[in-house]
Amino acid sequence: MKKIIFSSLMAIAVVTTIIVACNKDVEGRTDNTPALNPANIDLNAGAWRPILLTGPAEFAVTAPSATTTPDYIAQINEIKTWQAEMTGEEKRIVKYWSAGAVLRWNEILRELVAKHNLPPYQNADGTYPFPNANNPLAYPQFPFANPPYAARAYAYVSAAQYDALVATYHYKKLYNRAAPYTVDATVNALIPKSALPSYPSEDAAVAGAAVELLKLLFPGDQDYIQQKAEEHKRSRIIAGANVRSDIEAGEALGRQVAQKFVTRARGDRAGAAIGNQAQWTQMETDAIAKGETPWYSLESPRRPPMLPLFGKVKAFLFDSLTAISLRPPPPPLVNSPKMKDETNEIYGFIKNPTREHTRIVHFWADGVGTYAPPGHWDAIAAEDFITKNFSEVRWARNLALVNMALMDAGIVCWDTKYFYFNPRPTQLDPNIKTLTGIPNFPAYISGHSTFSGAAATILGHIIPEKATQYNAMATEASLSRMYGGIHYRADCEVGMTVGKNIGDYAVQRARTDGAE
Amino acid sequence: MKKIFKTKTIILVWLPALLMANTVSAQTDIDAIMMEKNAFCVGPMYSYSSWKKYWEGTLKRENLNLGKVSTQMFGLMGNYGLTRKINLLFSAPYVKTKASAGTLHGMKGIQDLSLFVKWRPFQKKMGAGKLSLFGIAGVSFPLSNYTPDFLPLSIGLHSKTASARIMADYQLGNLFATGSATYVFRDNIEIDRTSYYTTEMHYSNEVEMPNASNYNVRLGFRNHRLIAEAVYNKWTTLGGFDITRNNMPFPSNKMNATTVGVNVKYVIPSLPQLSIVGGFTTTIDSESKVLGKIIDSRNVGQATAVYGSFFYVLDFSHKTKSTDKPAKK
Repeated sequence: MKKIIFSSLMAIAVVTTIIVACNKDVEGRTDNTPALNPANIDLNAGAWRPILLTGPAEFAVTAPSATTTPDYIAQINEIKTWQAEMTGEEKRIVKYWSAGAVLRWNEILRELVAKHNLPPYQNADGTYPFPNANNPLAYPQFPFANPPYAARAYAYVSAAQYDALVATYHYKKLYNRAAPYTVDATVNALIPKSALPSYPSEDAAVAGAAVELLKLLFPGDQDYIQQKAEEHKRSRIIAGANVRSDIEAGEALGRQVAQKFVTRARGDRAGAAIGNQAQWTQMETDAIAKGETPWYSLESPRRPPMLPLFGKVKAFLFDSLTAISLRPPPPPLVNSPKMKDETNEIYGFIKNPTREHTRIVHFWADGVGTYAPPGHWDAIAAEDFITKNFSEVRWARNLALVNMALMDAGIVCWDTKYFYFNPRPTQLDPNIKTLTGIPNFPAYISGHSTFSGAAATILGHIIPEKATQYNAMATEASLSRMYGGIHYRADCEVGMTVGKNIGDYAVQRARTDGAE
Repeated sequence: MKKIFKTKTIILVWLPALLMANTVSAQTDIDAIMMEKNAFCVGPMYSYSSWKKYWEGTLKRENLNLGKVSTQMFGLMGNYGLTRKINLLFSAPYVKTKASAGTLHGMKGIQDLSLFVKWRPFQKKMGAGKLSLFGIAGVSFPLSNYTPDFLPLSIGLHSKTASARIMADYQLGNLFATGSATYVFRDNIEIDRTSYYTTEMHYSNEVEMPNASNYNVRLGFRNHRLIAEAVYNKWTTLGGFDITRNNMPFPSNKMNATTVGVNVKYVIPSLPQLSIVGGFTTTIDSESKVLGKIIDSRNVGQATAVYGSFFYVLDFSHKTKSTDKPAKK
């Protein structure tokens, strides 16, 4: 007894010491990412096939002034002045942004999605308000960055950054202005030195493209976005990577290229994706006319379906007829024994969930207040790209391929969901309680499965040695929706197949864009 | 025998009425009752707490997709008298949660083990009454790998904690007053996700848990047979963030709650080793600007709870054994 008491006293003392003494700061996985130092600088990326640009020289960039001019020397002196007295904050931003422009802007975008991925609260009369892009700060704030909205946002930003960099690299090779630390040996390179010409700045082009698109996508967060862009540009001057004219030319080019994407986004039919009451009712009526049980919202009060016309949005990797041809055959009839079996299977999963299943459900849930499933795949992609030492332009190209696949997967998936308007398991069996929130749209096919199938396929092409792992992750993401009680097996299995088919379009593009 | 039951009292208090499972602990650690040397008091306890309304930040609301969120707790608690001045305490609950509306699945499991050392270095007659001072140290840690990241249906926050408390008690005849202040260190936790958003993005599965403070005041009647007391408790999270509009709660939210309640403990005259304990507590709210600021409820459910328990005293001391026949185990 005495021994027990003594050891419990000791245990209390030890645990207390550990807890009180411990450092609580949480380090993010990419906080200490080393500076980008590509194995191959991809000097010829100006010849890669752009997405919307007619060619790399569609937007003119004037020739830079010579490095012997007073103008240039003044810009070199600006760097030297920064470097003479660096604050801790200046060192921090140099380190932060040196990890890669595409990486950091993708992380910022994921943050904005997570911040805005919140369904609006209902009105007093039980209807729901919709965010208004023209008044983004009023409740409900614009946007509601739900999964389709997020997929589209990631795709546009990534694709615009890629095109901006193709143009940037074209002019880099054309004008061949060396980096400041190469021109003047007394300029410190606070980042790894590179043979890549510095005019126009690739970092500024990435930032400029992001800023232009984020005005459209997250109009209420301009102060934050502008502050990040200013910080980013300043960090490159402080680092000795660029002079001010490199930055200005890169930013202007990035913005111009992004405008093409903004114009496309304004006309891609996403603005009409919410639909209206007549269209929502029509979907229900159509399902009933087919002899089916229509989906209904399981929220209280019933919420209008999430972006029911998102399936009509213009895809990046194929035309609208192809999008429709990718729609899978119908799910099992609601009243069929097959559907009954599938519903029972889901009840079996949620009746007494294991801790491991709960972990899988929560790991992949990516629901309210998160960066959504496409953001999760971006995180997976980004953390693997870090290990590959890609050049900035290859980062952009690879992430654009992933995000175009994800957006197009969203389009085909949403088209399928609203074409069949199939109920969720809990609608057919209210005893099915779920381990995560039930998304407010029809079941067939699973969004997670479609997104994951597409992302794993293109990622497996980009990093072939991990293809098996990506497939295993996609399968787990897909199964998580069954374990969680929110999808039937058919939703998940067919969703994966459809996703892989869409991923193949991205692979096809990857093989022919000149980068391989 | 008299000596034993005089000192064996266990009184429960309601601790933080969190938005999550409202955790009732075997809080003899927060009252002024000490067990006699070598006496061991142990017993099961049950509590039921529920709320319909909660504070989303400071906004009080209901949620039609949760309905009534209820928490049942089955616990085992004990208190051992190492000496008359030093007691050791433990509690281990099993918790089960449920939402009456919506589709979310309840959770259940063994929650956290709490251990306390309670030390009474000072006790003196003062005026007509008696003043006692206490120092209490405690730790708690999860007994299972339940997830904290499914609030409000998680069974706990899964944080290892260490707490330090000072407490004073004054007894005048059968009347008493006890006051205490506690600082709770909370260790960071890990969740199943690889990123989460608070007021900014975190690319990690580790969550920084803010520390907390707790103030507790108890007033009432106390003699060898009966304790009846009113309890005021104020739990404040020192840091953390508010739930944003229509968002889900998160373990590192700034959870603040002020509760009031009553406890009664009665010793069975025919079987003085056995005592029955019961109580009721509720999270208070105020529309008044001044009072509302003091109460400052945030990110918690407005929970009401009832609990009941009984305790049995086992005496391990040879000295008293001879005078205390029923104590045999």
